[in-house]
Amino acid sequence: MTESARFIQMLSDGLGNGAIYALLAVGFVVIYKSTQVISFAQPALMVAGAVGVSYFSVTLGMPFWLSVIAGMAFAGVLGLGVERAALRPLVGRPPFIAAIVTLGADVVIRNVANRFIGANPKQMGDPFGFESFSVGGANISQRDVAALAVGLVVFAVLFAFFKYSRLGLAMRAAAFDQEVALAQGINVGTVFAVSWAMAAALAALAGAFLFGESGVDQLGWVKAFKALPAIILGGLDSVGGALIGGLSVGLVEALFNTYQGDGAGQFLGFLGSNFAGVSPYVLMLLVLMFRPYGLFGTPEIERV
Amino acid sequence: MSDTNLAEKAGATSRPGMLERPLSRILRPDVEGHRLRGRPDLYTAYKQDMALLNTPAKRNWTLVLFALVVWAGLGMPNDLVGLAATGMAYAIGAIGMNIVTGYAGQVSLGHAFFAGIGIYTAAVLSGDPDARVLGFGITFAPLWIFAAGVVAAVFGAIVAPLALRLKGLYLAIVTLGLVFMGDHIFREWIQVTGGFGVGRPAARVSFGFGRYDVDGELFGLIYLTKNQRMFFLILVTLVILGVIGRNIARSDLGRVFSAIRDRDVAAEVIGVDLTRGKILAFTISSFYAGVAGALLFTIAGFVEPGSLSLLLSVRFLVMILVGGVATISGSIMGAMFIATLPRISFELAHLLPSWIGLNEQILEGILSGLLIIVFLIVEPRGLFGIWFRIRNYWKAWPFSY
Repeated sequence: MTESARFIQMLSDGLGNGAIYALLAVGFVVIYKSTQVISFAQPALMVAGAVGVSYFSVTLGMPFWLSVIAGMAFAGVLGLGVERAALRPLVGRPPFIAAIVTLGADVVIRNVANRFIGANPKQMGDPFGFESFSVGGANISQRDVAALAVGLVVFAVLFAFFKYSRLGLAMRAAAFDQEVALAQGINVGTVFAVSWAMAAALAALAGAFLFGESGVDQLGWVKAFKALPAIILGGLDSVGGALIGGLSVGLVEALFNTYQGDGAGQFLGFLGSNFAGVSPYVLMLLVLMFRPYGLFGTPEIERV
Repeated sequence: MSDTNLAEKAGATSRPGMLERPLSRILRPDVEGHRLRGRPDLYTAYKQDMALLNTPAKRNWTLVLFALVVWAGLGMPNDLVGLAATGMAYAIGAIGMNIVTGYAGQVSLGHAFFAGIGIYTAAVLSGDPDARVLGFGITFAPLWIFAAGVVAAVFGAIVAPLALRLKGLYLAIVTLGLVFMGDHIFREWIQVTGGFGVGRPAARVSFGFGRYDVDGELFGLIYLTKNQRMFFLILVTLVILGVIGRNIARSDLGRVFSAIRDRDVAAEVIGVDLTRGKILAFTISSFYAGVAGALLFTIAGFVEPGSLSLLLSVRFLVMILVGGVATISGSIMGAMFIATLPRISFELAHLLPSWIGLNEQILEGILSGLLIIVFLIVEPRGLFGIWFRIRNYWKAWPFSY
């Protein structure tokens, strides 16, 4: 493979994965924006959504895209359930407590999902398989292209939703100040529920692509935490930041995957063979040291 | 001034040491002042008020508790003794977690990373020099336990400046990133950790006269199994670190931590040194984590890098949430409870009908997740809160208050 082909390969891998991370990240952002809570339940919702997609498409034999939509709906309902059962009783308590409760919800859902996954990875049944096409000597997998395309469409829809729809406006208002939003007649409870359902559905969508190649297994949930560096990079409350953060995390990871290691033409071998997996976290640390609220986040101004 | 003069002076001002005092005086610290007959709760000196065990009830029940624990260590079945010893090692880590997260309010999910540093410091120091993995053969336990704490504390001090820049959930996420980085290092540094899926022997214990962590007679007096020996070693460590933790919590440093937790900006305004407070919180907490790590795997005798993942951090968090945030006794209760959870799930999994398909690991996960949710929603003060209410009910019994 030539040097330029290697570079194109790196770009396509990075953007494909990055789009998936961005989808996951925007789920965190949607919840954080409206409830000021970082939902640690996203990994579990992603896994549960992926198990749902697998069930609809492989077990029931539904077409892939229809299964994805069904899986998103399933995860959305699950997200609604979590919000209603675990988060609603905590309204008015510190966001930190709610965040820890989502961690508890994550552990529960993940373990229940593990019971349905069993020992063997569950395939997503997507039509891509290992299909790829060649650009300048690089093999670009169809899945990466599909993930990027879906990601961009979803982000366009999200931007439009927050900017033009009544509900999107209500969510922005609730994020800005819950009490004032309530006073304007916005049903903040609905806003919470919708944001959880949206985030869960987005996580399921991301899961359907993330596990396309390898299938979803009991350790798959850890991959969802790659979205954390993405939201930190972009800022916790910025939808655009999630897109840019996700793509940059994907690219950085691909960069290290391609160029770091012990092999020929690779650098920094002493960092270990799987350093690419942790490179996003290193990037996150570096960014936070210089910009504590991410690249596009709103700095918190504190009054005593 | 002549030498004799100095000696006289020193003699005149020196006070009777611990050893010269009768045991009853040590257990009842009424050093200055005297108690009025028949009124044991009346304090006549500040020292009595400040004592950790400041009421006869506390003193007596502590003795009872101590006797019970010793009896448990000697009399329980061997596997339960091992479980209890693991629980106490967890308790040390949970106290550390509570210092940084409960008292100082700095949410840290990086506890597994610090525990991992402690584990490998201890394992490397005490390891077999001829083995496949690095080892220096220094098996003297107090040394490597202390070293594990110190090395972990140094890393805690290095990481602490992050907490100066970041707050709340941002800090939680960054410390989470720390666990992933630690996980990577532990997996890749094969000379030290043995590598992922392979592992290495945990720390070896001795006190200068042969291996301590083996079944056998101690001083030719009493036959103790390995689990029992580790039980008492960890018990002693836990008591020492628990008392230190309690004293940190009620000293000026503890007040600094609370001030930072409750409102760091306001704390800074009234003259609390935030930098010092946060760095100390992380350092002390990491020391506890390191000691806990050093002891944690000595019962199993083996440690595999995969077990130092995010799940361990979450387990520590569950311990303090279930036990009671910002309490030392709560940390211990929570740790003991969570340590027995695998066993409880194991027994439960056999009771459930098989079509449900829950094995003990899955059941344990579900239970621990539910515990977080239920405790935070229903009883935010944890087991300590429950204990507190029971105690207060009996304090005024038969009256309601």
